[in-house]
Amino acid sequence: MAGYRQCTLCRIDLKNVSVTRAGQEVLRDVNMHIHCGQLTAVIGQNGAGKTTLVRALLGEIPYGGTIRHEDGHGHPFPRLRTGYVPQHLQFDKEMPVTVEDFMAAALSRRPVWTGIGRKTRKTIEEALSVVKGEDLLRTPLGRCSGGELQRVLLALALTPNPDLLVLDEPVSGVDQNGLNLFLDTVMELKHTRHMAILLVSHDLNLVRDYADHVVLLEKTVLRQGTPGLVFASEVFRDVFGDMTFGDKKLLFEDEPLNKSVHVHGESHADPCCAQEEGEQA
Amino acid sequence: MNTIYAVMDALLPVEAMQFTFMKHALLAILLLTPLLGLLGTMAVNQQMAFFSDALGHSALTGIGLGIILGVGSDLVSMLVFGILWAALIILIRHRAQTSADTVISVCSSTSVAAGLLILSRGGGFAKYSSLLIGDVLAVGQEDLLYLLLALIGGVILWCYMYNALLLTGINASLARSRGIHTILVETAFAILVAVAVMLSIRWVGVMLINALLILPAAAGRNVARSTRQHAFFSVIFAVMSGVMGLFSSYLWDTSAGAAIVLYAAAIYAVTLLIRRTRR
Repeated sequence: MAGYRQCTLCRIDLKNVSVTRAGQEVLRDVNMHIHCGQLTAVIGQNGAGKTTLVRALLGEIPYGGTIRHEDGHGHPFPRLRTGYVPQHLQFDKEMPVTVEDFMAAALSRRPVWTGIGRKTRKTIEEALSVVKGEDLLRTPLGRCSGGELQRVLLALALTPNPDLLVLDEPVSGVDQNGLNLFLDTVMELKHTRHMAILLVSHDLNLVRDYADHVVLLEKTVLRQGTPGLVFASEVFRDVFGDMTFGDKKLLFEDEPLNKSVHVHGESHADPCCAQEEGEQA
Repeated sequence: MNTIYAVMDALLPVEAMQFTFMKHALLAILLLTPLLGLLGTMAVNQQMAFFSDALGHSALTGIGLGIILGVGSDLVSMLVFGILWAALIILIRHRAQTSADTVISVCSSTSVAAGLLILSRGGGFAKYSSLLIGDVLAVGQEDLLYLLLALIGGVILWCYMYNALLLTGINASLARSRGIHTILVETAFAILVAVAVMLSIRWVGVMLINALLILPAAAGRNVARSTRQHAFFSVIFAVMSGVMGLFSSYLWDTSAGAAIVLYAAAIYAVTLLIRRTRR
């Protein structure tokens, strides 16, 4: 894997971000931030504006308000490197494109139909080994299972090492094994590379278990904070109804798997850049 | 040019090659088919077969408008109109809420009708009918130069944009997240296809040009597993059908374009069988 950098990006600040499309307000005054070394999850009903938020973050659509990228000293961070794992990749399964072709097309300038250079192939092999997908190198992309495809997409999103990793419903249609492998890799990356990770997900169990910070979105931010705080809130129940999460308890009497340093109302004990954490009701 | 003729005489000591027009036709095919074969791979992957068909038909409108506007050269009219038309269709594909197929179909029929209306004014369409089936035996030395330049320019551009286009074809959002300007890339590709199609149309014909672009690439796709194999098979199949079609049309005394496309169709059928038996 290309050399691990100390996290140079510290946080992404969204202030009053609004998006209007075809005369309809999709997002209104969204105020939130995404912090390095944390998994921030955006939850909400269908049509709440989750994907629009991601697209605004990626700079794909025009928006009102400001999105600021800051380094550890609060200075603007000019070039944000984003790794994006798209929602279930829809493409022509019969396309004669191998995993190697696909990744080389993104990583090298040499047209892949003329072959793949030694250096590029080594980079691809290393990237795939991070997600335990070395054996997929020459598999046609269309023959990969849902889980394999997500891992390939993750490997690509991590090359070169991004400042922000965006996972847009990354696990829909993936079997349990594939899911665990995928999430374990993501959590490992969060710790070892101190990456900022944004997860958009419908799966509330998953958010409960893995997120450090949860943003409940419905055109605007209804509530944000730790999973415990958001899931116990009145407004959460209004949106999702009374959820019991199978045999799991709603509140955090059992500690989630990866609780880090983010505690509501306390300052952030992050070694790279201490920030005030405000909660928004 | 004489050196090339001498080399051809030495390599191909057959009766058909005694004639200069056959030499020119063969050279034209050797220049055209690899470019169409390469471009075809992406047209097939991007599911743009219908788009390139509409593009071919728009040649008639291009010539028609050229006549109205007093443009001296048919080729210039076709190229300019083809490029504008390609860019317009790509724009509509991105903007349209309705199915792209319907939009392209509407544009295509309108342009054909408009072209026919202008060209048939005063019953004069007969002189343009050769445009429909093409005549590869009419290629002149100057045309060969254009085709050579098109091949070189086309392949350079193709190499330059290939990776970006491949990623865009797989997932546009992903491509954009990696800094690719997807609309720009798609438009550039459409324009490249437009130029290749317009340059070939006089030799292959409006009716058949799309088949020559799509069939070899579709056949290549049946047997290829990687992008490299796809490009390789597509070019080989395009050149093979071109050369075999040309010689067959000489022997049978028929239209070269039709013979070429029939060979391409036969190759497609064989590859389809290979694909079926592999499964």
